[in-house]
Amino acid sequence: MSDRILVSTRKGLFTFEREGASWALRQRAFVGDNVTLSHVDRRDGRFYAALDHGHFGVKLHRSDDGVEWTEVAVPSYPERPADYGDETHAGEALPWSLKRIWAFANAGDGGGNLWCGTIPGGLFRSRDGGESWSLCEPLWLHPDRKKWMGGGADYPGIHSILVDPRDPRRVLVGVSCGGVWETLDEGASWTVRAEGMRADFMPPELAGDPNTQDPHLVVACPADFDRMWSQHHCGIWRSVDGARSWQEIEKAGPSTFGFAVAVHPKDPECAWFVPAVSDQHRIPVDGELVVTRTRDGGRSFEVLREGLPKEAAYDLVYRHALDIDESGERLVFGSTTGSVWVSENGGDSWQALSHHLPPVYATCFA
Amino acid sequence: MATVHFTQNLRRHVASESSEVPGRTVREALDRLFADNPKLAGYVVDEHGALRHHMNIFVDGEMVRDRQQLSDPIDDGAEIYVMQALSGG
Repeated sequence: MSDRILVSTRKGLFTFEREGASWALRQRAFVGDNVTLSHVDRRDGRFYAALDHGHFGVKLHRSDDGVEWTEVAVPSYPERPADYGDETHAGEALPWSLKRIWAFANAGDGGGNLWCGTIPGGLFRSRDGGESWSLCEPLWLHPDRKKWMGGGADYPGIHSILVDPRDPRRVLVGVSCGGVWETLDEGASWTVRAEGMRADFMPPELAGDPNTQDPHLVVACPADFDRMWSQHHCGIWRSVDGARSWQEIEKAGPSTFGFAVAVHPKDPECAWFVPAVSDQHRIPVDGELVVTRTRDGGRSFEVLREGLPKEAAYDLVYRHALDIDESGERLVFGSTTGSVWVSENGGDSWQALSHHLPPVYATCFA
Repeated sequence: MATVHFTQNLRRHVASESSEVPGRTVREALDRLFADNPKLAGYVVDEHGALRHHMNIFVDGEMVRDRQQLSDPIDDGAEIYVMQALSGG
């Protein structure tokens, strides 16, 4: 099991460590600063923290031990050619400029090889632990990339990066809004893979367009990579054929709306969600915070509530704020109201690590 | 020579002491500073050299007009302030 949890928040990065049967807050980094995402590359033991200083821009820091941090390079976009039209759905020029670091994943070839997804939609690759980054041009210059649009944010972005453990040249990325994209040749060519998803926020004739889909997060079971889950803006979808097709799960406890999803590392039938009422009401149903779990591929769901607030709860759990460790038994999630809960038994029960952190953007086991 | 001052809020993140530098434009003055302190550049301008959206630069009390190229001219003895805008962030 993983005995360390990184919690990225609006006001700092907080590290909890398990000691005996309890968890303790052990490290605080970047206190007061906006830490939007963190990542651990277990191949070389390095930590990464993405910051958004607002006025001063997006930064990336790296650490060998989770205590001392060094600023490294951020992905940077090329100058847009003067004759290359690229407008948002609102009719303004899409800025070719880094707005947010929104996803990390380990690429093939060992420690320090990373993928990074960003807003406004660029996918970047580093081979030196973040000292330098290169834009994946075949995806950025794909003509259909211009169809992507912001969902919540002003600009589109890549929030999910899935690297096939059997062949790391195969990578899938999830885009809000832009569907799911797959490369089989480490980024040289790309195909959209969102068949079966449905965008209720589009006119009927465009609802099935793969490029307009808003999968809030996409995950794949590490032990059975072709079985995937997506918490989509318009519900929950599942794929059993490596994203070639997606099937909607129409019922999942109190609601199918949410942002986060976690899949069991060994059992592709088992997945967890944290539901909210709807896109117009991003709060728990009836003020009760629950986690939903399926063990049978979405045919049925259990509603898990032991240890979670049963009334007057207005927590929302963002897409990167739910994580599961390699055992499949330990889960963690954090909320917009600064609470963090851990489960040691697959979600059957939860214990709170804190109720008063800053708003939580992301959690990850380290 | 011009004197460039930075918002004190930058000092928590990156070395940004006031400095005297030569230059005929805001760009030339800042580039001289960034050459000695490359990390500072990323906090003030974006990857294309444009002033970050929520930053402002004042030259002798006047806000710069050219936020993309920073081509605004500066006089000898100019006082340049690199500040946070009261927006966003």
